[in-house]
Amino acid sequence: MGIELQNITKQFGEYKAIDNLSLNIASGDLIALLGPSGCGKTTLLRIIAGLELADSGKIILENKDTTNLPPRKKNVGFVFQHYALFRRLNVLENVAFGLNVLPFKERPSRSEIRDRVEHLLKLVQMDWAQKRYPSQLSGGQRQRVALARALAVNPRVLLLDEPFSALDAKVRQELRRWLRKLHDEIHVTSIFVTHDQEEALELADKIVVINKGRIEQQGTPQEVYDHPANAFVYNFLGNVNVFHGRVHNGKVSLGAHNVDAPDDLKDIEEKPSQTFVRPHEIGISRIRSNENDFAGTIREVRLLGGQIGLNIECEGLDGPVEAEVPRELFMNLQLAKGVQVFVSLNRVRIFTGDYEI
Amino acid sequence: MTQAEKSIGNSPVVKKRISDPRSVQVLLIGLTYLFFIGFIFLPLGLVFSQAFEKGWGFYLDSIHEPYALEAVKLTLLTVAIVVPVNAVFGVSAAWAITKFNFKGKSALKSLLDLPFAVSPVIAGLIFVLLVGSRTPFGSWLGELGIKIIFSTPGIVIATIFVTFPFIARELIPLMEAQGRDEEEAALTLGAKGWQIFGQITLPNIRWGLLYGMILCGARSIGEFGAVSVVSGHIRGQTNTIPLHVEILYSEYNFTASFAVASLLVFLALLTVVLKRGIEKHFQKNSFHH
Amino acid sequence: MNAVTAPRVLASYRLSFSTAFFAALFDGFAGLLTAWVLVRYRFPGKDLLDALVDLPFALPTAVAGICFATLYSPIGWLGQLLAGWNVQVINSPIGIVIALIFIGFPFIVRTIQPVLEEMEQEIEEAAQCLGATRWQTFRKILFPHLFPALLTGVTLAFARGIGEYGSVIFIAGNLPMKTEIAPLMIMSKLDQFDYAGASAVALVLLCISFTMLLALNAVQEWQQKEYRS
Repeated sequence: MGIELQNITKQFGEYKAIDNLSLNIASGDLIALLGPSGCGKTTLLRIIAGLELADSGKIILENKDTTNLPPRKKNVGFVFQHYALFRRLNVLENVAFGLNVLPFKERPSRSEIRDRVEHLLKLVQMDWAQKRYPSQLSGGQRQRVALARALAVNPRVLLLDEPFSALDAKVRQELRRWLRKLHDEIHVTSIFVTHDQEEALELADKIVVINKGRIEQQGTPQEVYDHPANAFVYNFLGNVNVFHGRVHNGKVSLGAHNVDAPDDLKDIEEKPSQTFVRPHEIGISRIRSNENDFAGTIREVRLLGGQIGLNIECEGLDGPVEAEVPRELFMNLQLAKGVQVFVSLNRVRIFTGDYEI
Repeated sequence: MTQAEKSIGNSPVVKKRISDPRSVQVLLIGLTYLFFIGFIFLPLGLVFSQAFEKGWGFYLDSIHEPYALEAVKLTLLTVAIVVPVNAVFGVSAAWAITKFNFKGKSALKSLLDLPFAVSPVIAGLIFVLLVGSRTPFGSWLGELGIKIIFSTPGIVIATIFVTFPFIARELIPLMEAQGRDEEEAALTLGAKGWQIFGQITLPNIRWGLLYGMILCGARSIGEFGAVSVVSGHIRGQTNTIPLHVEILYSEYNFTASFAVASLLVFLALLTVVLKRGIEKHFQKNSFHH
Repeated sequence: MNAVTAPRVLASYRLSFSTAFFAALFDGFAGLLTAWVLVRYRFPGKDLLDALVDLPFALPTAVAGICFATLYSPIGWLGQLLAGWNVQVINSPIGIVIALIFIGFPFIVRTIQPVLEEMEQEIEEAAQCLGATRWQTFRKILFPHLFPALLTGVTLAFARGIGEYGSVIFIAGNLPMKTEIAPLMIMSKLDQFDYAGASAVALVLLCISFTMLLALNAVQEWQQKEYRS
């Protein structure tokens, strides 16, 4: 077992950052801690690293109880959001730092250190920059050096705190792919923290969705996206339309229509409900195909890269519907602002509960 | 951005600062206190113990003694002139340096550091050489009945020179940090120079200005070297408080000397407290000093 | 010209320089220590110490002068203590150095403090995660980072110390060839109406001051450059 967290709790004064959280991570996995700002994910990461002390709970890395160890002794690699490279040292010295501060007995020889550093720099494709200083590098380059530096001491675990959030969109994408490739080569158990669901979905073997210090759901990207456990997870991973209604004796009101309630809500007498549907799972057509379709008028058209975003005002629904359709469909149906369409809400998820958006 | 702001968007998470082991902390704090005791607390204590050695009565007498009072009056007069004058000079210089680009700008900036690097005695000397009664300029003034050296105007002008940089140096980083955006916006809205200055610039710098004026005042009161050269030490006429302290001391009138000096110490402590108060206010208004 | 190179005058240059140098050096250590303790630690009396750092700056030099002179005089509190160890402070260069230490102290603390306060915590955390001890982190990362500010502060204190007059003359005793500082030489020549002599000495001192000013500027610019990224 790579990492085991048992009943971690952390409070800052009155504010509960982490609430009795337990988590198991398999050795060699790349895990995403995903959640909104302030949900406790960074705090959790720092606790694993030893940069913060948990109020209670245990942290077990590779079968060793490291709960009370200081960061120095934990042998974790940490990559910071703003790189934290040592400004006065060049790239070579930065990456070699962890090796140079080892106690005399454990320290490898100078040539061994040099070899190792060069090997790592080649791995992160920064071997050309050995003598450069951090101020001479771009953000993406700095982050790669930071990664090499963290890997230099053969950490048991690699922790990354929103490693790409300070970078441009394009660079972010490149580095994401590059990190995945790197992980496939090295297989160090890695945890990265992000609030970007796209990043989590693209990169991780497993996603742990965190909200208010608690785990909402954990699973593969597929599981979490297609089978969200609750409204929060659904809303957080991807864009969403929400319609409020009521569950009543096996039927759910959806605007002016009624649909069958899903199995888990069939027995409820009377409760408010939220119906979620993703913009790209909405059917748009010029003709009515189903009695549950909603008639509506396109109010806005937006270009979203490869898709077209439509804002549709529907009769019988009290809010506008945001839909996404492929460009081809848009062209073929000759859609435009002001055109009348029929909206099919095909794949919906219905939740009851006090989740507020 | 402060540490707290930099951590997480809207959550109240505050990162724990990496700290040194307890023993190291105790050692370092202890050493610091040792230094302070030796160099700050003992001297302060000494002033007061010496000043009151001969009792309250003697203390009050020393301060009320006519020559002492004259010295106080002269010092206050000097400050009353020097601080406003330097405020005007300082603000103008800071304004010119930060809001405009011109040739010789960096030379002007270096010039501001001049009184810091030059010994006050030399400043006094230069002054004497320029307008002393033996020089052409000085004797011309003498004919007009204006006496500079060995009299009040000399003291005032010498003090202006020596304390000149305080206000400007205080304002320049502040104004540079604030940038020209607001003034440029006002310009595009049609405001004129004086309006911009009075309504935009001045309110923005008022705390820095106040701070600089306090420092300038403190330095003017305490200035010794330059004034020493220029004043001629004539008791009752051209003695400032520091000079008076010196005279009493050289006459071995230690207690009186310290009594008068204690006034200056009070003022210095007041300055320090005011400075701290302004800094706290500064930080509350999220200006980084 | 003779005035400038007379042995007494040369001795005074040497004295002013060396005392200012040692005082600035001592201040470097004391100032760094104080700034560190004030920024990093919490302890009773911290605010008081922080405020008092400015005292040498706000206190008139003459007051500081008579203070130290009395404190270290043979019957003074510290003078008695040191007499037991056969150390004489009054009328010796040591006294001058002590007075200059007092004067230069705030310069170093106030230039280092903002740099320490602005330091990113992540840098130290990174070093910790990489296995460095606190001392290693200080030696390899923190101290090099602070060095430009430290140098600026020390240079300021040094420049100030060379020209200092009021706080020094009382404790120095002004013994010819031994404890006469350069500004005092100027003063005494003025007293004898030897304007030419005074000017000559002043000129040399001025040249030195200008050089110091240039050096100071260069150091400050270097400091700003180093901290800009």
